[in-house]
Amino acid sequence: MSWCPAGGLSQIPARGARVLKTGNGNVAVFRTFDDKLFALADRCPHRQGPLSQGIVHGTKVTCPLHDWVIDLSTGSAVAPDSGCTSTYPVKVEDGLVYVDLPNG
Amino acid sequence: MKSKLVLVGNGMAGMRAVEELLKLEPEMYDITVFGAELYGNYNRILLSPLLAAENTLDDIMLNPTSWYDDNGITLHAGKTVTTIDRAKRSVTADDGTNVPYDRLILATGSHPFMIPVPGIELDGVVSYRDVDDVNKMLASAKDHTNAVVIGGGLLGLEAAYGLQKQGMNVTVVHLLDSLMERQLDKAAAALLKASLEKRGLRFEMEAETKAILGASRVESVQFGDGWEIPADLVVMAVGIRPNIDLAKSAGVYCERGIVVNDSLQTYDPRIYAVGECVQHRGDCYGLVAPLFEQAKILANHVAEYGYSRYEGSMVSTKLKVTGIDVFSAGDIVGDGKTEEVLFQDPAKAIYKKLLIKDQKITGAVLYGDTADGARIFQMIRDGIDVSETRDDLLFTHHSVGDSGTAGVSSTTSMTANTEICGCNGVCKGTIVETIVSKQLFTLDDVRQHTKASSSCGSCTGLVEQLLADTLGGDYSVSAAKKSACPCTEFTHDEIRRAIREQELKSIPDVMAFLDWTTSDGCHKCRPALNFYLLCAWPGEYRDDAQSRFINERAHANIQKDGTYSVVPRIWGGVTSPAELKAIAEVAQKYDVPTVKFTGGQRLDLLGVKKEDLPGVWGDLNSAGLVSGHAYGKALRTVKTCVGSEWCRFGTQDSTGLGIKLERMAWGSWHPHKVKLAVSGCPRNCAEATIKDFGVVCVDSGYELHVGGNGGIKIRATDFLCKLETEEEVLEYCGAFLQLYREEAHYLERTAPWIERVGLATIKTVIVDDAERRAQLHARFLRSQSFSQHDPWAEHATGEKAMTFMPIDALRQERAGECAEGSTQ
Ligand code: SRM
Ligand SMILES: Cc1cc2nc3c(=O)[nH]c(=O)nc-3n(C[C@H](O)[C@H](O)[C@H](O)COP(=O)(O)OP(=O)(O)OC[C@H]3O[C@@H](n4cnc5c(N)ncnc54)[C@H](O)[C@@H]3O)c2cc1C
Ligand code: SF4
Ligand code: FES
Repeated sequence: MSWCPAGGLSQIPARGARVLKTGNGNVAVFRTFDDKLFALADRCPHRQGPLSQGIVHGTKVTCPLHDWVIDLSTGSAVAPDSGCTSTYPVKVEDGLVYVDLPNG
Repeated sequence: MKSKLVLVGNGMAGMRAVEELLKLEPEMYDITVFGAELYGNYNRILLSPLLAAENTLDDIMLNPTSWYDDNGITLHAGKTVTTIDRAKRSVTADDGTNVPYDRLILATGSHPFMIPVPGIELDGVVSYRDVDDVNKMLASAKDHTNAVVIGGGLLGLEAAYGLQKQGMNVTVVHLLDSLMERQLDKAAAALLKASLEKRGLRFEMEAETKAILGASRVESVQFGDGWEIPADLVVMAVGIRPNIDLAKSAGVYCERGIVVNDSLQTYDPRIYAVGECVQHRGDCYGLVAPLFEQAKILANHVAEYGYSRYEGSMVSTKLKVTGIDVFSAGDIVGDGKTEEVLFQDPAKAIYKKLLIKDQKITGAVLYGDTADGARIFQMIRDGIDVSETRDDLLFTHHSVGDSGTAGVSSTTSMTANTEICGCNGVCKGTIVETIVSKQLFTLDDVRQHTKASSSCGSCTGLVEQLLADTLGGDYSVSAAKKSACPCTEFTHDEIRRAIREQELKSIPDVMAFLDWTTSDGCHKCRPALNFYLLCAWPGEYRDDAQSRFINERAHANIQKDGTYSVVPRIWGGVTSPAELKAIAEVAQKYDVPTVKFTGGQRLDLLGVKKEDLPGVWGDLNSAGLVSGHAYGKALRTVKTCVGSEWCRFGTQDSTGLGIKLERMAWGSWHPHKVKLAVSGCPRNCAEATIKDFGVVCVDSGYELHVGGNGGIKIRATDFLCKLETEEEVLEYCGAFLQLYREEAHYLERTAPWIERVGLATIKTVIVDDAERRAQLHARFLRSQSFSQHDPWAEHATGEKAMTFMPIDALRQERAGECAEGSTQ
């Protein structure tokens, strides 16, 4: 694993996300209304919709394609839907965001 | 220490209240539940399928005993509470178990009523209320042949049908001359009786039971005139009485039922009551839909939120006998002022009757084709004015113009693998199975679990029918008062009123003032609030992009692969070589995979990458092209035909008028998308009569038509009025659009809005009241002065364009910027 810089915190709107392009596909970095950060693979467990483009509410995001709701802290779909997407650790240092990504 | 909550009666209403409470305040109480029956809480409604062997007991459990353990609830099953000590605040059961309470909920249900004739104590005489009764009936069916069911109401007929499926000879005995007389009029009841007779049931009508005869087990039933019929099993299903024994013995005020106020509180403020045992504003209910409404409100008060009120319910019923469609709702008798609208087709055994009073539907009886039951019931509850629509109210609506359901209208005749939901490929069998196995009650439940009806919604009527077929009663129609979303108790109208009257100017202000139950709303309420605020405070409210659906945030339509489509505005459908060239160049430059003419007279560039959007827009802008808002709850297209400029039939300049309308209305945000059209003559090549606002030019002027759409459920427009000049058309159009913006619910298109409020209301404001029309028009123009900025131009460059760019981790890595810990 390695901490990759993902831009400045101020570049991610509250209740929004930015996309980080990686060798293993896109990672969505979310910022909630109370400034918590989460990083998830930008692929909905349903049909790979780009979660980064969804509406963020509380610590959840609603996928823009068919309205599945994904819990940002676990990457799991909220019941009764089921499925899971990968999550990655995030940290902020001096106003810069870092995501801990698998190597390669 | 936690407060103590005790529930007496672990049936459907009581346990629903506990579940609602756990949703609101899971930690607030130590909960103890007493139930006289030996089981956890089961779905009483499904006793009939259990009797007909279409279900097992496991299938119909709602809360098995493990559920109580998992939720930390103490269950005393098989114990009947015999006393309440209101001074000491404790209850005691028949085995001596004593439990103190801070709050007590009584949910003791009903007693089946037994007619007091000699012989009711004999073996083989049963009531029809619980699992024990069903077990007794099933045991009798094994080694006996003749069953008599006393009572030709809902319960009696269901019992008769079940016993017949178990192989018994069944006779139904009814005191009156007409079955289900509380729900059906004589004509419908006669059809029902004939159909049940065809299935082999026998009937003794107007027969008064005098005695049940037998030595130790029942042998026959004797009637008033001395006549007897043989019986090895007698099922008494003549009605229910609220079970108020316990409450009464404790001195809690009762009349027919335990009397409660709008908070479901009894005269003892520590004691609440819910379910069939309750009497509220003089009414007792015997169907679960109203009891579930009560349970929700009770939970709200026991959780100390204290803001919702139960105001009574309207009920509808549906008979759960496979293959027979009967629906009844509201008042089916009427009075001197009630009019009846009838439709009858004896050959097909279809009968429909509506009772109308003061131009509102007050009751309905449907037999043979109940597909419109849910829709009509909703009209009764909403008090819809039917003066304009009464001619065709009784013609099945749900399939007329519905796309995606192959035109089917009755679920009973379908096989299990008939597709119900065309969007998500869900079949009847799957839906029925899920309703039973997951114990679903509402349309929302079915949507969540099966996805049926969750996309375009055209199959909603069919899914509601399946719910009713499977469960009986009325589950499909949600509470009388529909909150805007699960985050709030308030309706769309209440929210809009609060925004205006309290001058609420931001989403957090609205949520705080109206006690939102979530800290941050959800994907349903936030976009609605954003629009309501934008509409109420033009020029003042700052739009919240994060509360908009991605299409409106990115000003382009998201596609299935995460790319976007771009549709520039083509004013009135008229373009030029220069515009076409610019579009062609953009398509080439950005490698746009598909260029397509849309159904709305414009060009769609499909498959544009998000990071290319600002560039695409910049280039289109420099050719004078702006956003077509093809992605927005906004003004979309204004379709026109060639009109008097070229066409040999044209009466007016329809193209020119269309362009003027589009210039006036572009950029406006609405509750849903809005489409306009202008046709040059009644041949109507621009399809103006299926648009939200359509103009049909005639020799002497302009006809205005409103409230149409193509799409999922086709609706032709209603004629609004005829005008003489283009200026008038522009004014009426602006006023109409503003009225829609100010009054409709978010995501309600003009068609359902007009059906809800009635065309008459709209005519009064737009046509009859020149002053209000002028004011609305002025408000529209004022709002437009703030919203006619091309969103593409705003996002094509600078900081806003940056938000469309991803951060490239690979590039950073290659540049050696990845923080230490990298092993590369
Ligand atoms: C592009 C287009 C199809 C085409 O290739 O022709 C289209 C494409 C979509 N339509 Fe449409 N509709 C298009 C004309 C229509 C028409 C025809 C018309 O306008 O004359 C209709 C029927 C007329 C009507 O609206 O009354 C139409 C009825 C719908 C509906 C059903 C609306 C309803 O009230 O029942 C939806 C679903 C919705 O809006 O919720 C929808 C939704 C959609 C969406 C936005 C689905 C979505 O959410 O992604 C599609 C977006 C594709 C995209 O990215 O561009 N589209 N859609 C047409 C764009 C017209 C334009 O220039 O803006
Ligand atoms: C066969 C049948 C079919 C039905 N079909 C439909 C239908 O299609 N649609 C519809 O909407 N409704 C239907 N109903 C009605 C529906 O089941 C009831 O309205 C609903 O169950 C009432 O809920 P409740 O909680 O008030 O009472 P119940 O569900 O009866 O629960 C009350 C519980 O309290 C227990 N109890 C009573 N006194 C005490 C005490 N002192 N101590 C401990 N426990 C006690 C009882 O044993 C019982 O288990 C049907 C009912 C039956 C019997
Ligand atoms: S463009 Fe319209 S009709 Fe075609 S698939 Fe999409 S939503 Fe359905
Ligand atoms: S792809 Fe996310 S909900 Fe379908």
